[in-house]
Amino acid sequence: MSDIILETRGLTKRYGGVHALEDANFTLRRGEHVAVVGDNGAGKSTFVRQITAVEQKTAGQVFFDGQEVSFTGPLEAREAGIETVFQTLALADDLDVPANLFLGREIFRFRMGPFSVLDHKAMRARTLEALKTTAVKIPNVDNPIRNMSGGQRQCVAIARTAAFASKLVIMDEPTAALGVQETAQVENIIRGLKERGIPMVLISHNLRQVFDLVDRIVVFRRGRIVASLRKDETDGNDIVAYITGVKGNAEAAMA
Amino acid sequence: MPVAQATHGLGGLKDDPTKKSKPQELNVLIALIVIVAAFELVGRVFLGDSFLFNTRDNVDAIFNTARLQIIILQVSIVGIIALGVTQVIITGGIDLSSGSVVGATAMVTMSFAQTALVNGQPNPKAIFGDWAMDLPVLAPVLVGLGCGLFAGLINGALVAYTRIPPFIATLGMMVTARGFSRWWSNGNPISFPTESYGAIGKGMMPVLIFVALAVLFHLVLTQTKYGRHCYAIGSNEQAARMSGINVDRHKVLVFVIAGGLAALAAIVLSSKNLTAQAGMGVMYELDAIAMAVIGGVSLQGGRGSILGTVLGALIFGVIISGFTFLKLDAYYQEMVKGAIIVGAVVLDQWRQRGRSRG
Ligand SMILES: Nc1ncnc2c1ncn2[C@@H]1O[C@H](COP(=O)(O)OP(=O)(O)OP(=O)(O)O)[C@@H](O)[C@H]1O
Ligand SMILES: [Mg+2]
Repeated sequence: MSDIILETRGLTKRYGGVHALEDANFTLRRGEHVAVVGDNGAGKSTFVRQITAVEQKTAGQVFFDGQEVSFTGPLEAREAGIETVFQTLALADDLDVPANLFLGREIFRFRMGPFSVLDHKAMRARTLEALKTTAVKIPNVDNPIRNMSGGQRQCVAIARTAAFASKLVIMDEPTAALGVQETAQVENIIRGLKERGIPMVLISHNLRQVFDLVDRIVVFRRGRIVASLRKDETDGNDIVAYITGVKGNAEAAMA
Repeated sequence: MPVAQATHGLGGLKDDPTKKSKPQELNVLIALIVIVAAFELVGRVFLGDSFLFNTRDNVDAIFNTARLQIIILQVSIVGIIALGVTQVIITGGIDLSSGSVVGATAMVTMSFAQTALVNGQPNPKAIFGDWAMDLPVLAPVLVGLGCGLFAGLINGALVAYTRIPPFIATLGMMVTARGFSRWWSNGNPISFPTESYGAIGKGMMPVLIFVALAVLFHLVLTQTKYGRHCYAIGSNEQAARMSGINVDRHKVLVFVIAGGLAALAAIVLSSKNLTAQAGMGVMYELDAIAMAVIGGVSLQGGRGSILGTVLGALIFGVIISGFTFLKLDAYYQEMVKGAIIVGAVVLDQWRQRGRSRG
């Protein structure tokens, strides 16, 4: 079995004239945690959306778990084993915590096509379990998440991803809206994933966090990958130089 | 790490977050009770009559059963439509076509429900030849259901696949279906159904059918994947899509079900009246939407329930019947209906603001 869990070759996405992502060559090894950094609009979220098939790529190839994949939608990506926390929270505000955790993958008491009967009890029990293992504290899981704080909702999204994580986890700015305590908690969840050997792509603007958590840092600039550096061969200033374009314009092709 | 022990910041929360939030339906129930009490009070003071209770000595009953029966009978047919409309609104859509679909379906259905001989004479309102006379009751019912499901399918397909706003798509259906029902028999009413067809909407049957359907769809919305996905899509369509829900297919299904329920209402109504007319069901769509909104179904999608809509239907019926009781003109009723609809939407907006996170 190949050592590489995720690879993209020449991955490209254009929105009309906007070249949001150009020729991205990216590899992720099993068990490896990689950070994707870059300025606003650098194409990080676009990169995620192509891998998870939320959008269809303009060009390029994606290889996952040893074979080329072309998912037709996010459900296929998820069924293949890619769990994602999207930057725009994919949560339904009017549903409670178990309903959100199991959105699109409900547990049924018995199946009858669209009218399959939900197993509320099992989903609730497994939700409590998932919250416990990720140490996420939610006051009452039976309330709609609308009334929860931004941080709590974010924790629900992350707990969902961590609970179902199997082959690959992608988190797009998971701590962007979080306070100090919640951020620390999410970082603990990420460490837990590392211990479990689950590979991860972490998108973050927080370089302190990035250096704390990951093995390798990939820098995006204007839709291109301009650097891919092991944590121990770089430092914060170096990364910032790549992000801002002081360094790296010439090396764009070799990432 | 000490941080792991810490509880989450609960700073921004107004309610006690550890408690289960109160069900919306309770407020609607209270509103119902208050409105009934108000009519009772006004009746006693100004008319010396009771709204709710029996005041006649020659009748042995505590309540004014005749009035209560009229109220529930009145709301049950539109109520059947409201069950479908509720699902559409929860999913984040709107259905303006249900009243016209009732009209069109009633016309078509009745054409297959006619009896050959009326008092020994050939049916004067016959639409088709002998082949369509005295068919088993299942035939018109299935044809009618087919009509409603088809109309719903078109609505759903327009909304899901052309991305036309539901308001416009169903407005188109509203006008088209009404035109169809006038064209069908050149504006003539269709009458004289078979006895078995007439039995469908006889007496309190509409109420029974309404209650049975309400229970069924309450279970469907609370216990099945279909229901769960209705709320998810109405709550955050993007999230539903990202979670792998086939949003387009689901929307089609919701409109098909709403169309089917409108057809059922048409069958019950035409059977009850023993006739079908091109103008049947005019404005029913607004009544149905009003029932749902009064019952706490949010026009923003994602919130509401069948129970709420049933209570909303009762409130609607009580108000209409209350105005008759107060001997107010039918014109006032229309105006008040309009005010109720707007009022309910304003209330919904206001609730929305109360709930939104700061
Ligand atoms: N649906 C879209 N249509 C047109 N342009 C888009 C669309 N989505 C993204 N873009 C553009 O693509 C570019 C990359 O956007 P993207 O969201 O990937 O940036 P990002 O690196 O995730 O930024 P941030 O750090 O702010 O999240 C931006 O210029 C953005 O305006
Ligand atoms: Mg982004």
